[in-house]
Amino acid sequence: MDKIIEVESLTKKFGELVAVDCVSFDVEKGEIFGFLGPNGAGKSTTINMLCTLLKPTSGGAILNGFDVLKEPHAVRRSIGLVFQDPSLDDRLTARENLEFHAMVYNLAPKDMWDRIAEVLRLVDLEDRQNDLVRNFSGGMKRRLEIARGLIHYPKVLFLDEPTLGLDPQTRNHIWQYVHDLKEREEITIFLTTHYMDEAENCGRIAIIDYGRIIALDTPDGLKRQVGGDIITIKTVDNERAAREIKERYGLEVSRDDGSLKFEIVRGEEFIPDLISGLSIEITSINWRKPTLEDVFLKLTGRAIREEDAGPVDRMRMYARTKGRR
Amino acid sequence: MENLRAIYTIWLRDVKRFWRDKPRMIGTVAQASLFLFVLGTGLGRGLAGAFAGGRDPFLAPGIDYVVFIYPGIIGMTILFTSLFSALSIIWDREFGFLKEVLVAPISRSAVAIGKALGGATVALFQGTIMLVFAPFVGVALTPGMVIKLWLFMFLIAFSFTSMGIVIAARMRTMEGFHMIMNFVALPMFFLSGAMFPLKGLPGWMECLVNMDPLTYGVDMLRYTVVGLNQYPLSRDLLVMVGFGLLMIVLAVFEFNRAD
Ligand SMILES: Nc1ncnc2c1ncn2[C@@H]1O[C@H](COP(=O)(O)OP(=O)(O)OP(=O)(O)O)[C@@H](O)[C@H]1O
Ligand SMILES: [Mg+2]
Repeated sequence: MDKIIEVESLTKKFGELVAVDCVSFDVEKGEIFGFLGPNGAGKSTTINMLCTLLKPTSGGAILNGFDVLKEPHAVRRSIGLVFQDPSLDDRLTARENLEFHAMVYNLAPKDMWDRIAEVLRLVDLEDRQNDLVRNFSGGMKRRLEIARGLIHYPKVLFLDEPTLGLDPQTRNHIWQYVHDLKEREEITIFLTTHYMDEAENCGRIAIIDYGRIIALDTPDGLKRQVGGDIITIKTVDNERAAREIKERYGLEVSRDDGSLKFEIVRGEEFIPDLISGLSIEITSINWRKPTLEDVFLKLTGRAIREEDAGPVDRMRMYARTKGRR
Repeated sequence: MENLRAIYTIWLRDVKRFWRDKPRMIGTVAQASLFLFVLGTGLGRGLAGAFAGGRDPFLAPGIDYVVFIYPGIIGMTILFTSLFSALSIIWDREFGFLKEVLVAPISRSAVAIGKALGGATVALFQGTIMLVFAPFVGVALTPGMVIKLWLFMFLIAFSFTSMGIVIAARMRTMEGFHMIMNFVALPMFFLSGAMFPLKGLPGWMECLVNMDPLTYGVDMLRYTVVGLNQYPLSRDLLVMVGFGLLMIVLAVFEFNRAD
């Protein structure tokens, strides 16, 4: 397969802070490529460098055959962008926002109107096209931004946290559009998210933490890195049960509030064995396939969820919602 | 060609936004009328002797005070509207739209020029509304005067919008906006001779007055409207064109400086 993006030792430092630390990866033509990582991991910073808004401290990237540093205009023409923070003019109508975009991207006037109608249809906003954007809901704004990013037939569409702050239903909707898009247009999608379940929509995922890529694979491939299925049990005596499991089956058991957790391949077959083999009474048992959450936990020893963000992260998030960098 | 279209697009957006923001349009007119009619009438009574009487050689333009400040108030309207338009860049930065512009495959110079022309158009429009007040002030405008005024107003508006862009390009927060309005716009207005004749001033003030580009702007408007001038028109034009060119070059430079 052809490579549409090739990233080589890309690094960005903000003073002392190394936001992106020498990352290298390729994105293949036509795939949905995801960047998964906690707040402040360096996802947006990487996108900003790839889309020529930010100069790398060192390293570089080739996008659609163009050098990000030397041919910024050609790169810009090749990409569509949906930023993490809103970037619509809310004093203009939806249509006017699209017209502005079509004109600065120099679409031929005769194609312009058809294309605008087409992208409006794609995101179901035809009947709201003449409304001011300030009257739109968060989900509608996001859809409009996706439509706008598509107008100029980009080769790569960047979606930075496309579903951040949206309700689950709208999030599903957005994913629907992204998948539809893949069907209809010849496009590569590069997205970032810190929702584990959403990352499943990607063909391949790079897990990024503290500016470094710590794993890159398909969702299934990543999950295989976890040692099988996850079983969680509760017993009348967790101390003894843990010891017994360790001795008898040679499994690594971790404790977390009142329950025991371990990983095992083909867990569904192991459960009967466990029930009959354990001398301590089991009060509850839970078996599940590994999720990306487990992968992240395994790789970093931390959970990715937002509520686990440290005080620094929380400060940063606060600053971000205030719209300041 | 591509760049012309980009300039037009950016210009069009600013004009559209202005046209929709009627409160701003009315607010600007109201502010100008307040200065012109309330302050003008109030102060004018006290100054009537000096102004119309013509006894004092320094303070005796020989016209009504309201007529005297009328071109000054037009200048003020243009200055404030231009700066306000340019500083909308800070808004765009804060609300994210600037990114959409900066990541587009157009030259940054086109962005700066489009902005400057947009602000200039909007300020010219506000200035034109001010011309409607002429009969109430007691000034008779001929078509020839109006055309000259349009030219001068556009020149002033373009220069000050460019100046605003230079300032806004480096500003990251909204707080800065009020700072600029208070510490740049107001002093420029006060020192320009919009409200009082620039004669017999103490040396330090005369120095500041001469450094204020708006002084020359107000002077050319006043010369056109009432035939009164501080400097020869050629000098006014020279200073204003020079200032405008300098500012637009700086504005383009600032926008091209990658951040
Ligand atoms: N302009 C900047 N100046 C200084 N530090 C910055 C700047 N932009 C980003 N950073 C820092 O770089 C790090 C990476 O930020 P980045 O926005 O790329 O994270 P992210 O992975 O997109 O996080 P999130 O999920 O919260 O969007 C953070 O620590 C952030 O504070
Ligand atoms: Mg981000």
